[in-house]
Amino acid sequence: MRLGLAEGPDRTGSVIKLCILAVGGQGGGVLTNWITDLAQRAGWHVQSTSVAGVAQRTGATIYYVEMMPSDPARPDARPVLALSPAPGDVDILIAAELAEAGRAVLRGFVTPDRTTLIASSHRMLAVSEKIVPGDGRADGGTVQRRAAEASRRFVHFDMEALAKQAGSVISSSLFGALAGTGELPFSRADFEATIKAGGKGTEASLRAFALAYDRAAGVAATESAAVIPAGDTGSAVRGPRRLEAQWEELLHRVAELPEPVRELAEPGLRKVVDFLDPAYGGEYLERIERIAADDEETQGFAFSREAAKYVANAMVYDDIVRVADLKTRSARAERVRREVKLGEGQALLTTEYFHPRMEEICGTLPARLGAAIEARPGLMKALNRVVDRGRRIRTDSILGFGMLWAIGGMRRWRRGLLRHRVETAHLEEWLATALRERDGDYALGVEVLKCRRLIKGYSDTHSRGLSKFDRVLGCLPLLRGRADAADWIRRLREAALADADGVALDGAIRTVRSFTEEVGEHAG
Amino acid sequence: MAERSFAKEVRKLKLGEGETFTGEGILAITKALLQCGVGYVGGYQGAPISHLMDVLADAQEILGELGVHFEASASEATATAMLAASVHYPIRGAATFKSTVGTNVASDALANLASGGVTGGALIIVGEDYGEGSSIMQERSHAFAMKSQVWLLDPRPNLPSIVAAVEHGFELSEASNTPVMLQVRIRCCHVHGSFTTKDNKRPAMTVADALENPRRDTQRIVLPPASFLHEKEKISKRLPAAIDYIKRHRLNETFGGSGKVGIICQGGMYNGVIRALQRLGLADLYGETEVPLHVLNVTYPLVEDDLVAFCEGKEAVLVVEEGQPDYIEQALGAMLYKAGATVRLEGKGVLPMAGEYTGDTLLSGLGAFLRQHAGGMLAPEIRAPNVPAPPIFEDLAKTVPMRPPGFCIGCPERPIFAATKLAEQELGKHHIASDIGCHLFSIMPPFELGATTMGYGLGPASASAFNSPDAKRRSISFVGDGGFWHNGLTSSIGNAVFNKNDGVIVVVDNYYSAATGGQDVLSSRASNRTKSTKHPITDAIKGMGVKWVRHIERTYDVGQMRDTLKEALTTEEKGPKVIVASSECMLNRQRREAPLKKKAAAEGRRMVKTKFGVDEDVCTGDHACMRLSGCPSLTVKHLDDPLRDDPVAAIDENCVGCGNCGEVADAAVLCPSFYQADVVSNPTGWDRFWFRLRQRVISALQSRRERRRLTFGAQAA
Repeated sequence: MRLGLAEGPDRTGSVIKLCILAVGGQGGGVLTNWITDLAQRAGWHVQSTSVAGVAQRTGATIYYVEMMPSDPARPDARPVLALSPAPGDVDILIAAELAEAGRAVLRGFVTPDRTTLIASSHRMLAVSEKIVPGDGRADGGTVQRRAAEASRRFVHFDMEALAKQAGSVISSSLFGALAGTGELPFSRADFEATIKAGGKGTEASLRAFALAYDRAAGVAATESAAVIPAGDTGSAVRGPRRLEAQWEELLHRVAELPEPVRELAEPGLRKVVDFLDPAYGGEYLERIERIAADDEETQGFAFSREAAKYVANAMVYDDIVRVADLKTRSARAERVRREVKLGEGQALLTTEYFHPRMEEICGTLPARLGAAIEARPGLMKALNRVVDRGRRIRTDSILGFGMLWAIGGMRRWRRGLLRHRVETAHLEEWLATALRERDGDYALGVEVLKCRRLIKGYSDTHSRGLSKFDRVLGCLPLLRGRADAADWIRRLREAALADADGVALDGAIRTVRSFTEEVGEHAG
Repeated sequence: MAERSFAKEVRKLKLGEGETFTGEGILAITKALLQCGVGYVGGYQGAPISHLMDVLADAQEILGELGVHFEASASEATATAMLAASVHYPIRGAATFKSTVGTNVASDALANLASGGVTGGALIIVGEDYGEGSSIMQERSHAFAMKSQVWLLDPRPNLPSIVAAVEHGFELSEASNTPVMLQVRIRCCHVHGSFTTKDNKRPAMTVADALENPRRDTQRIVLPPASFLHEKEKISKRLPAAIDYIKRHRLNETFGGSGKVGIICQGGMYNGVIRALQRLGLADLYGETEVPLHVLNVTYPLVEDDLVAFCEGKEAVLVVEEGQPDYIEQALGAMLYKAGATVRLEGKGVLPMAGEYTGDTLLSGLGAFLRQHAGGMLAPEIRAPNVPAPPIFEDLAKTVPMRPPGFCIGCPERPIFAATKLAEQELGKHHIASDIGCHLFSIMPPFELGATTMGYGLGPASASAFNSPDAKRRSISFVGDGGFWHNGLTSSIGNAVFNKNDGVIVVVDNYYSAATGGQDVLSSRASNRTKSTKHPITDAIKGMGVKWVRHIERTYDVGQMRDTLKEALTTEEKGPKVIVASSECMLNRQRREAPLKKKAAAEGRRMVKTKFGVDEDVCTGDHACMRLSGCPSLTVKHLDDPLRDDPVAAIDENCVGCGNCGEVADAAVLCPSFYQADVVSNPTGWDRFWFRLRQRVISALQSRRERRRLTFGAQAA
């Protein structure tokens, strides 16, 4: 299929049309120059163009190259080549990022009759994907599927990772992939000669080139799934024998839970014990056991499963003590060293950015004292003047580390602190609501549990999350009894996660009100 | 000048007779200027002609040897006014800038220059920023050529053609005593090709010669009665001389034999037209066309008899003229009508009225024209195409995110807008006037600040109406350092002082004209061999009479930035409140520092490299930090944790450690998940002693606690 024209009279059959879509700053210009140089070395006619300018600054950019072998019969003749790609008329499309491959398909530059699409499968997220309070990332699966449908040949793997592995940048691995596909009639040595002629960072470029070449040529095995080290998710446990014994006991209790619940109760338990102590883990399990006891197997214990997840999250609230504890662990220090790739003989300084307010301080005071201060706005304001400012704490220094270490140690008194009381009360109230709804409408109960997802962040962000949580659950009286109540709570929650200011949520609530009030009128 | 070095390009400027130049179009023009014996060059940077300016700035040595004077002009008006040197003296001069923004600014000088006319060849090279990826309003330079009666060249987009256009441009200018505009489209500026070079020529008369032997001629000065005579002279002498030159040297080209249809196109459209004909099966790879083609390498003035002759005997002609209004088509219509021609004139209609003439547009336009008027020339499958509708991937269209340009990693302007957003959170929304420059990216997510942009250096000027004692709110306006020196100091600051404007003005000072490639401006902090820099913006503002001036020397201090803005918005003091927010453009800073750091590391000197990180277990995945940043390096990642729903923040290895993340988290009271990691390479003996001591204490504390608790996962392994 050709978008513009039927096959036949087109006189540009011997021209190879190559288009590059990249994100500004990725080195699309370098790649274009390499390809131009490659064709030139082979004595071909070649012409490349780009639209640089402001688009270069992190925006989507496009480069275009046309090349053709010279005609020995007409050594002095110059072909007339086009300066921009046309839909349906591109032979090779290189996308330096997955979403850009999708953009190329949308612009018609990838067509099944002729286009070889070479795309790096990694993502560079656009701003619009990152600013969503929930998960705003575009679905890579859709892009991959459509790219495969739209192209004649689809060569894709994580070229960014290969470049990094070689200590180079993506232009090198894209060039390697282009060579590896064999779509251009030049030898590997020709490609490499071009890189060598560039003279800058040649060795690393050649390494990245080789890795991508092998992958594209099918010499190297397919990608081994890149493993993101994800903190403490292993199941190994270590500690004093007394605590280990208690842990074992808790694990036995988990084993007693229905199978679907276990899957989340185990990590949930680990999170809760890690937060405070095994006794706190016991409290967690009591709640889960109680919930699971009268849950319905026919529903696959969906309610208990969600409870195992969200009760753990609710019990592990984010307070200064937890932050201090997390930041002073040896595993954390190790992770930072790994992240900055600390070399032999290098030293590491770490600075933490804190900004506690009086609210947070009160939360870490004994409950009655904290509540007493909170009850006096004048005093709060006066104290806040001293407290409310950014604190940079050096955790490589003895003093800074020691301070956080001491705060982290306050966890053993946590049960008596104000924040704990507040959080526990909130947890109980939410859980009671969910259980109550479950009795009337199982699915609705599950959705109420899931609304816990809305509560996250610290200070203002936390309050905003709480208010969204309240507003979503505030719709329960309107929806209760409707067949689609659970679905509506889900929609409201998703709306709440769509933007920070709650614009989508406002709209969704208005919608709910419109039809529930209408119903009310009819009923009346 | 720009931190990027153009040493390699400069070498290409030295090529001599019969050698081959290979490179970008804009650089070919630079070389052509030297081959033509240009005596002086001025200009104002901006895509797509920045490269010309940057290379000349780095080529001072060659220029010196040749006796060529080069200036980075203060504005396009300055650059055009500079061409006054060609009025009385037989010196060739060139000015360059982007169009149409530059032509707008230059038009006063252009009108005066065109009125008096020139003795030495005067060439104005305008880089057209039209179509895809353009950063400016879409207008035509053609109108400027017509209204000032200067000649407009629009050569075919290949290196030999544009080099020839430079040569003819000077000669045409001299033959007709008229400045000549050479229009080069953005893709043509960046097209990569080659041409055969000639030796560089020393100007027959240098500016030094002229200075020592001053001349004047009242007849060439724009003042009555001379100016009335200029008006007549343009028509009676200069225009006929120009037409004569164009005809004699066959600047316009005709391709293909005879036929009953023909195409007339602007030179710049040539490749696109040929490509369409190639795809229709009517032209070969080398441009041999079956459809007669008249290429206007000079689009103003039009040569009437050539055009009428081309149309003679044809049933239909198509005018391919990009942009609107359709000046050429209108003119041609009048010519044909007066000549009593019966040829059918097609143009806008078959082709779209407005917008870029892309390959696709030309293919369908030419296809429609030929199908209608010369169906017999086309292959059956093109005459009656049976093309399936292109697939529409709705799901894909919804999936692929928009990716507009934005601030670079570590950009010092990001914290300015984060602070503005925070100030607005407390004081409410304000009317914000934006300006041209990188800082205009503030209008995009995540900041979404700014309501208008009226022109370079005109941000505060465009807020001048919003000055009312009845309002409880003040306007905020932005201007960059580039815009400030270009025009902002008088048009914006001076105007605000004089008219007692009560608004808040933020001058974004990043030490360079950053958006155009990092050229120096008066307030740049770098030492520049050929320019005078280090003139503080605050001095200029105070000199203009502003009383309330605050200088923020580190824009990354988001708290201070926010508080200063709040103060400016609420102070009792009357008159303009100007905040100068200064920090070096990170792109240029990295270019400047990277080689120094590399050298220091190689020499084994102590060095600190800063990077920011996020504690993934502390981050709750709300992404509030992203909504105040948009940094490409600050992104999200999915954790392999069944208890977590949303991805958490993560900072990739491209982080330059600017500090914005931490500062914003602090100023906006976000969360304590950010940390700053300073890696010290080649630590001193004292460093090592301290680090070891601290580490020992810290390890002791850690293991003391970890011995007494349960530790999970990797920690326990």
